[in-house]
Amino acid sequence: MEKFGFSLHKARVINYDSNDRSIVDYIIEREPSLKLCIECGCCSATCTTGNFTAFSLREINILLKRGENEEVKNKIKQCMLCGKCVLLCPRGVNTRNVVFLAKQAFQKYSAHAV
Amino acid sequence: MADRCRFLKTLLMSDMTGNVIVVGGGTAGMEAAGQLADEGLSVTLIEKEKELGGHIREWHHLFPDRRKSSEVMSYLKKRVEKVKVITGTTAESFHKKGREFIINTGNGNSLHADALLLTTGFDLFRSERKEEYGYGIYENVITSADLEMMFNKKNVSLKNGEKPERIGLLHCVGSRDEKVGNLYCSKLCCVTAVKQAIEIKETLADSKVFCFYMDMRMGGALYEELYREAQEKYGIGFIRGKISEVSVNIDNRLVVKAEDTLAGRPLKMELDMLVLMAGMEMSQAGARLAESGNLRTGENRFFAPADHHFGSNKSNVKGIFYAGTCTAPMNITETISHARGAVTDIINYLKNSK
Repeated sequence: MEKFGFSLHKARVINYDSNDRSIVDYIIEREPSLKLCIECGCCSATCTTGNFTAFSLREINILLKRGENEEVKNKIKQCMLCGKCVLLCPRGVNTRNVVFLAKQAFQKYSAHAV
Repeated sequence: MADRCRFLKTLLMSDMTGNVIVVGGGTAGMEAAGQLADEGLSVTLIEKEKELGGHIREWHHLFPDRRKSSEVMSYLKKRVEKVKVITGTTAESFHKKGREFIINTGNGNSLHADALLLTTGFDLFRSERKEEYGYGIYENVITSADLEMMFNKKNVSLKNGEKPERIGLLHCVGSRDEKVGNLYCSKLCCVTAVKQAIEIKETLADSKVFCFYMDMRMGGALYEELYREAQEKYGIGFIRGKISEVSVNIDNRLVVKAEDTLAGRPLKMELDMLVLMAGMEMSQAGARLAESGNLRTGENRFFAPADHHFGSNKSNVKGIFYAGTCTAPMNITETISHARGAVTDIINYLKNSK
């Protein structure tokens, strides 16, 4: 039978109500500076990984806050924890620790285990 | 106006007298000193530089209407005709003796006053502190103040004399930056960048100009309109991302890195010239006086007014008043209004302290 290419697409919408923000809560409790991010992009501009792969710490920060954990879980593996981003952040966000804690949180909550 | 005349007449009839010393001969100091003298007070204005005027002496045009700074200068100069002006002299320290203030000047004199108005203004953020932007390292990285001087000389050019073709303006240099200890927004740099971008295009019609910003803070009267004009009429490019670092390539062209945060990808761009929009900091002179007189300063190191709403010209010491950018970043319009506010407070103080 002819296939017409119909398939189901996952909605692109960020469903803020159903999204799980336990990961970001876990991080903010331990690294409250994450609350201060103003999305200036300094971290991702200087990031060696981000210059070669689709990795942006700024994006990670916002995705975590929105509870888009699945996306973060995959992307975060690319960070090499070099910490160059921390040197630049005008808001003093300890970005390196955010990544570290995110990995820890994903391990802790087995549903998200990396 | 009629009310104001009546108010002044009452004051004159009450035979109000007093010596007021105004420290700092910039916009705020000149405006306030002139008005205090108009109201019959004996006013001395002290300025550390040889000439009055402060920062606007070196500024070309003001936003949002691109009025010549020299027009404001002429207005202010006229304002201080009745004022005793001492230039080339610093106010080193002061103390209070009874109701009187004794100010020690840099040349060893002491001046006496019944009230003191501090209009010590701001210092421009020293952009070499943000080493990653290469000010003082790369010859074509300049500051917003340097660019104004180029406008004054009618010569916007690179160090080698050539005309720049692609120019970047970087917002928030020394402002909103924990790394240099300045958490506050300097408020004027966004609109200055837009004004300067337009003026670069007017001078160099074939150039391409880009503003790198974190947020466009266009809160003042006619600022947003200027922003729109910059897009619509002058084709200025706006890129939302703070430049993380500057380097040069083999052709001695600047290379800047930022994240184009709206595109969500890192961005690299070659530029002939980069203009750093330097922020405002509490002046060294102000900080020195704050220390000598136990004046309260805020987390931003500017003088902390007695009350943000009702006492923005008052200090924590009776008889000492503030006006202008020694309390927070302000534009010329706000500075003049603030100076006029200080005059009212000083008159009330002198009237009631007799």
